[in-house]
Amino acid sequence: MSVGDYIRNSQIWRSVFRHPAPTDRRNRVVVMLTNFFLHLHPVSVKQQGIALSYTWCMGGITFFLFLVETITGVLLMFYYRPTLDWAFYDIQALRDVQTLGIMREIHRWGAHAMVITVWLHMYRVFLTGSYKPPREFNWVIGVLLLVLTLLLSFTGYLLPWDQLAIWAITVGSNMARATPVLGLEGPGFQLLNTSGYELITNASDAKFLLLGGRFVGEATLNRFYILHCVAIPLVVSGLIAIHFWRVRKDGGISQPL
Amino acid sequence: MQHYPDITSSVLTGLGWYYLIMLGMNLLWTVRSYKVDGNFKNGVPVATVWAVVASLLMMLSAAHFSSAGSPDTFLIRLPMWFRNFVDANFSNPVIYFVLSIVLFAGMILLREWWTKPTVAWTGLNLSLLFMGLSLTDYDFRQIVGKPDNVPIVAMLFIVAFFTWIYFTRSVDNDRRIAEGRPLFEQENNEKVLVWPDLVYTELICMVVLTVVLVFWGIALKAPLEEPASSMKTPNPSKAPWYFLGLQEMLVYFDPWLAGVVLPSIILGGLMAVPYIDFNKAGNGYYTFKQRSFAVTTFLFGFLPLWVALIVLGTFLRGPNWNFFGIYELWDVHKVEAANNVNLSEWFWELPGLGGIPKGSDFGTILLRESPGIIVTLAYFFALPPLLGVSVLRKYFVRMGVLRFLVFSNLILWMAILPIKMLLRWGFNLKYIVGIPEYFFNI
Repeated sequence: MSVGDYIRNSQIWRSVFRHPAPTDRRNRVVVMLTNFFLHLHPVSVKQQGIALSYTWCMGGITFFLFLVETITGVLLMFYYRPTLDWAFYDIQALRDVQTLGIMREIHRWGAHAMVITVWLHMYRVFLTGSYKPPREFNWVIGVLLLVLTLLLSFTGYLLPWDQLAIWAITVGSNMARATPVLGLEGPGFQLLNTSGYELITNASDAKFLLLGGRFVGEATLNRFYILHCVAIPLVVSGLIAIHFWRVRKDGGISQPL
Repeated sequence: MQHYPDITSSVLTGLGWYYLIMLGMNLLWTVRSYKVDGNFKNGVPVATVWAVVASLLMMLSAAHFSSAGSPDTFLIRLPMWFRNFVDANFSNPVIYFVLSIVLFAGMILLREWWTKPTVAWTGLNLSLLFMGLSLTDYDFRQIVGKPDNVPIVAMLFIVAFFTWIYFTRSVDNDRRIAEGRPLFEQENNEKVLVWPDLVYTELICMVVLTVVLVFWGIALKAPLEEPASSMKTPNPSKAPWYFLGLQEMLVYFDPWLAGVVLPSIILGGLMAVPYIDFNKAGNGYYTFKQRSFAVTTFLFGFLPLWVALIVLGTFLRGPNWNFFGIYELWDVHKVEAANNVNLSEWFWELPGLGGIPKGSDFGTILLRESPGIIVTLAYFFALPPLLGVSVLRKYFVRMGVLRFLVFSNLILWMAILPIKMLLRWGFNLKYIVGIPEYFFNI
């Protein structure tokens, strides 16, 4: 008996993997059913459904990039302090000093790539008509995930606290001030300011809600940090789970009917 | 020695590598071209052409590498007259938008022609060559070479590539449908086990992506500018690149429309897509003919109205959001005249109407803006039923009232951007309805 066989037959190995190596047909089926990570997949699929020129692999790549962003993001959180005193200099140190500073490069380029792959995933799903019944609702969840991906990227844009960051967020959040009814420079805000009560002021309108202040400042940094690292990723994780589950339940990956 | 050198040693070395990669791609293409219909001899004439192209690229690459020591005397660069010609004649949003619409129409109408491998490959080569030559221009390099902009350049090629895949497979499937043969997706479509056929693809994909990200991270540093300062406003101030299409809309609409209402409608419209597209055909395979209206609408929204506007906002909008040619210096002092008028100002100056009503009470404002308000109400409320009984009758009959109203309103919302662009360019129109007193400008 070789060392490899000895390890593979040990109680520890078998307790972890629960089945023999997937080298024959039976075990290739079993592995998909007994492994937590693999059970997202069905046991078998149609050959053309997984052809690269058909699926472009963009949904999977987007999910993988989400994992990359999560891992690099958690590592960056060990270094980065979201305060006016430290935010910029922590990022500068990541660039110039820290050994694993490349995590920031991977995080930023991965974020750009993720925005593009989400679009391409939607592009492919539309062009193959895969949103048609019975997958209508999963398309809706997909659109929500698209919005959240953009918001993830947008909230992360502020965190380096350099000129690029605050002015990009300033341009973006100036839009919130123009929200109809709820923004101080939006049409119809006077509707809520009648009869003596000033409901919409520069300390209570939609822009204030987004920024946590009248302009981009420390409160904004904190708010965007929490949104970027905790709030939005939690929602995205939940929606991804539903998205994947619905792919399986709504007839599997897209195929000619 | 120029202060802003068009060509430096490192540019020459970089371009040497650039053409070397193009050479490699064309060598692979030459090999591929030899084999036509499974027979190696059939492809000899075509392959010879590509072999010649590859050898020219080899010489080009060698010329760049060998001249890296003396950049000032290097000859292969974009001629100045060409750059001036492009900057003088193509540097305004009208030409840009019209060109992108023409390209879009050509893409759809000539799909059987440009998806042919030889044509598409020639197009790719030409665009790469144009890119390479343009990189010898200092101002072009400043914008395109910015680390944050590199993904957008990549996105352009990637989107073009996938659009090509879509049309290639659609043209093929449309032909199959016409001839009564089974779809491409239905041939060789046995069931296979996910292990190994899918999980290995996924594994390779993850490894490749990790490698790409790490090398990308090593090659390009993530940008970090000066520490944030609320005193110094950069010019131009730009939103993150994926929102630049929306920022470009600010030229034509006020923030409440461009930044709040239109994005919400884009998202709501996307979510509504599966519920208003009643066409059962084209589910799970590539086709153009069976769903030409849906695909054309979506492509129009994605390509000219989203991707092209992002490119415009990123590469061509400089200080004060002025339009700059691709080889033009971003000069802060460039002045563009803007004499735009509101519809109401124009309307009440018509002979016999006695000038624009003055006064700030609600009634006067309503009267002043009544032409624009009537036009807008008619556009959103009168046009859908009219369309429903005329041009879009077919859709109205199949969709029912509610679905059709949602559908026609979404189409009309999508059309307002091009309409406003045309009105601005053609008639210098500022607002159709202009009520700055209530921030209500359309």
